Amino acid sequence: MKVFKVSSVELDAMMQEWSKVHRVYAPVLAKQPATSSDCAPGWRRVDGGSALTLSTGPTPASVKSFFFPQPETLLTYTLENNHPDKGLMREPAKSKKMQVVVGVRPCDARSVLLNNLPYQEDPFFQANRQRTALVGFTCEQTLSTCFCSQMGGSPFGSEGLDLAFSRTQDGFIVEVGTAKGEVLMAGLDLAPAEESEISALASRRSTGGKADATELDTLKGSELGRLYDAPMWKSLGESCINCGACTFICPTCYCFDIQDEVVRGQGRRIRYWDSCMFPLYSLHTSGHNPRGQKVQRTRNRFLHKLKYFPDRFGPFSCVGCGRCVQDCPVNIDIREVMSDLLAVE
Amino acid sequence: MPTINETVSEEIRAQARKLLEDGTVAAVIGYGSGSLPMTVKPLVVRSPEDCRKLIWNTFCVLNLANYLPATLKSVEPPRGPRDPKPEGPLPKVAICATGCWSRSIVVQIQEHQVARDRVVVLGVGSRGMVSRRKVEALFGGREILAVEEGDHDLIIQGADFSETINRWDVVRDNCQTCTHPDPVLVDVRIGEPVSERKNPNPFIQVDALEQKSGDGRWAWFTEEFATCIRCYACRNACPLCYCPTCFVDDAKPQWVGKSLDAVDTGLFHILRAYHCAGRCTDCGTCETVCPKGINMRMLTKKLNKDVLNLYGIEAGMQPDAPLPLTTYAMDDPQQFMANEPGSGKEGK
Ligand code: SF4
Ligand code: SF4
Ligand code: SF4
Ligand code: SF4
Ligand code: SF4
Repeated sequence: MKVFKVSSVELDAMMQEWSKVHRVYAPVLAKQPATSSDCAPGWRRVDGGSALTLSTGPTPASVKSFFFPQPETLLTYTLENNHPDKGLMREPAKSKKMQVVVGVRPCDARSVLLNNLPYQEDPFFQANRQRTALVGFTCEQTLSTCFCSQMGGSPFGSEGLDLAFSRTQDGFIVEVGTAKGEVLMAGLDLAPAEESEISALASRRSTGGKADATELDTLKGSELGRLYDAPMWKSLGESCINCGACTFICPTCYCFDIQDEVVRGQGRRIRYWDSCMFPLYSLHTSGHNPRGQKVQRTRNRFLHKLKYFPDRFGPFSCVGCGRCVQDCPVNIDIREVMSDLLAVE
Repeated sequence: MPTINETVSEEIRAQARKLLEDGTVAAVIGYGSGSLPMTVKPLVVRSPEDCRKLIWNTFCVLNLANYLPATLKSVEPPRGPRDPKPEGPLPKVAICATGCWSRSIVVQIQEHQVARDRVVVLGVGSRGMVSRRKVEALFGGREILAVEEGDHDLIIQGADFSETINRWDVVRDNCQTCTHPDPVLVDVRIGEPVSERKNPNPFIQVDALEQKSGDGRWAWFTEEFATCIRCYACRNACPLCYCPTCFVDDAKPQWVGKSLDAVDTGLFHILRAYHCAGRCTDCGTCETVCPKGINMRMLTKKLNKDVLNLYGIEAGMQPDAPLPLTTYAMDDPQQFMANEPGSGKEGK
């Protein structure tokens, strides 16, 4: 793997260079509209001289919407009577421009790999993935709500990143992880990183931020029926208000629904975020709802992340970013849910 | 000396234990401690031993009345949907309530969601609850690891700092403009009653918006709601939103689009607010729970002001009073009538 040395000034210049050919995005730290012309909520387009600022911990909005936009237009059509295209479904023209997301944390980078498992054969997710490059920054500082290591990630992880920046005494070293990363680095005249800096990062990786999901891994061997029937769900379901806050801010919640919207004869088929916390999510056409009770929906979110998903795909469907821990209105803390599950006999 | 809230917590635990032990109630709705600083967990306690988990502090920001109908249902003997109501009185539930929460319970009683004789209100005079967001804003990104609460100060601690701030400065906006902090319904008094607050203008925040031009108000509305992710925490946390199927969840017919179109988001918020007209007690829960910090409470507060000005009613002050929007009087203002002078023109 190639590793280069980059100063903060050079980083700014790199972003400027990229923004001449690609669409470059950086996180917004303050309040910002959820939908602006071509931007995912919580991110801004970089095409001026604005330097990158990052806060400790995950970015306020996850990278999910670059891959799984809210909403994504799948098809368009017209209902106009004399239109030659009437009744035909067309795929909308998609921008082929590469989008470069700068400021991604290791947890979010990993979330894309996890979501990729169920979306392996999803053409829309794959197309977005193909045109998106992730430029990440490892975490020299963590928040008390960060638990990426416990979920099998690491504050210093570079998994899923095309370029991974890590702080050094006088700037950064950047690891080029993928072919897309190579493309971003092409033509830039940067010095290779020094051996000492590379080994310093390696030692930080092996000490402070080592991935260690061994404790939680025992859940994979637990019998589902026991976890499902555990008494813990009763009180959890009682206090949960079944909002969609945790699912919508979560980088690894990926459920959607599809609808047609028609405005003045012009239709579009969209796919938009759905949440297993909503009653409509599981409502059958017959009127029957297999998850008609609040407690069933609360249980589904956690068992999906910690049991159904790992049983099917291997890893847990949570990267430990702690966003839901911080923002759940009733303080349902997934770390407590995990330890309760581990304690189920 | 214990702080006021420590004394209140102690009394809540003692009263809850007593009510459960002597069988007066089958459950108590209160708060337990949270896993992060400045958070609490709503808690339903069903055994005297669990009463030790109950706490009270300045971060109890969720209106507990939200949990009352479901908790009452949960203590009833199980029966099928068509089975008759069992003979004799049904078990009771106790609930901690401040001024605004007790008024929400009154609204629930008026709207037949809750039977008065099945509720034991543990009335707590509110000293105003603190907004976690306001505190965090003061510390601009520095992580807060612990908060110690005094009667008038908060000690905020992080990895490399410890600062004392004035409590009232970070009390939520709705609490700062509240005029009825003491519960209107009290079965068991907890702590000392607090007096009505003389607030020169409880609608000061709404007035500031109303003074803007039409374009200015529109700009405020578009900007304020632009970050909404339609998670519906504001709706689900509100004790007034108890419809089995909300209009936004209806699929046949579908009233509102599902994605982040500004028109759909705006429609959801306007309709939600109107559904709360004459019922909202400005408890501030909706605003508090929003993960995006959106001030949707201004819409309901504006309607509270209109209902007060038009009909002279504040929601939830008396259980036996009629609801302002389901009753009428011959002298109700009716500016919308075509034959009245100034009709159709607001403010004329
Ligand atoms: S969870 Fe880990 S990777 Fe994510 S922000 Fe925190 S320390 Fe960094
Ligand atoms: S866990 Fe928390 S954020 Fe998630 S639905 Fe329940 S109350 Fe809302
Ligand atoms: S479940 Fe919570 S901690 Fe895990 S990835 Fe989602 S938001 Fe982050
Ligand atoms: S609308 Fe908001 S302020 Fe009003 S009662 Fe509901 S949660 Fe409380
Ligand atoms: S809680 Fe906030 S983000 Fe969620 S629907 Fe309400 S206003 Fe929108």
